[in-house]
Amino acid sequence: MAKIKGFVELNIEHCKGCELCVDACPFDVLEMSAQVNGKGYTYPFMKNPEQCTGCASCALVCPDVVITVYKVPTKQ
Amino acid sequence: MAVDIEQYKKDLLAQGAEVVFSKTKNLTDTPFSYCGGCGHGVAHRLIMEVIEEMGITADTIGVAPVGCAVIAYEFWNIDAVQAAHGRATAVATGIKRTNPEKFVFSYQGDGDLAAIGTAETVHTCNRGENIAIFFINNGIYGMTGGQMAPTSLIGMRSSTAPYGRQHDVHGYPLSLTNLLAELPGTYYVTRQAVETAAHVRTCKKAIRQAFENQKLNKGVSLVEIVTNCNSGWKMTAPQANKWMKENMFPQYPLGDIKVPKTE
Repeated sequence: MAKIKGFVELNIEHCKGCELCVDACPFDVLEMSAQVNGKGYTYPFMKNPEQCTGCASCALVCPDVVITVYKVPTKQ
Repeated sequence: MAVDIEQYKKDLLAQGAEVVFSKTKNLTDTPFSYCGGCGHGVAHRLIMEVIEEMGITADTIGVAPVGCAVIAYEFWNIDAVQAAHGRATAVATGIKRTNPEKFVFSYQGDGDLAAIGTAETVHTCNRGENIAIFFINNGIYGMTGGQMAPTSLIGMRSSTAPYGRQHDVHGYPLSLTNLLAELPGTYYVTRQAVETAAHVRTCKKAIRQAFENQKLNKGVSLVEIVTNCNSGWKMTAPQANKWMKENMFPQYPLGDIKVPKTE
């Protein structure tokens, strides 16, 4: 079975660094960056992009709706 | 870095990657004024997504409360009005009675709905007004600096109960949702949470149900959403969610409290 692949785009300027997406990810894809955005908050980045399946768990719990999720459709 | 992220994204886009989740158009581009990790943002998003999916964006009127969500109309891309403290259900009653074809909802916190607005809320539910009420319960007054709310737990520290809430002095936590479920005017009463992806999905179904019920003209649909207030509780967001699971959920158990009888 082919692995499902996906990735996330982050609107980092709207992120408030709550780290809920890092906790919510079931595949340990996201990690908080050492850098800060314009407001002074740290923001997440994809540490293990190849592990991402586009399940959108991070986007569902994100309180500031900064995450856009992309997924490669599985071929039938 | 092992993998070039930008190149990886380009490769997946070339393989036909599609957007499976993006911000709904019913939310404006204004960043939320809430603290990082606050459940208000998810609750806003779910309500607006349901409105978009039902195609009732132009037919929905929201009523914002007093509290952290006082400027919710800045974030909702729908018609909205802001009511006096606790009176959101009374305002929603007036809007629904004059515009019975519109979908009307009130969005209130626990200080608004369960403290100062108890009378309005109880009587709105007792009259069986055909509106949806979204009740955000975090057990504390968030906007004014973390004072004790009627919904605060026994032993919970807040700025007006620094040694914890004591039942002989401050009374017991008020579960208004369970009280309102006893009234014949309520049609659908449920309690949900938004701290995990699974709970977010069930919460969205409950919100959808609340809007669908307005077509039936059967009474109030009340969705309580138990959320965190990491600033008021003096915790980080993941700690607050863990504390909520251990302490709030036993006091406010999740699930449907009153479901419509199937005939």
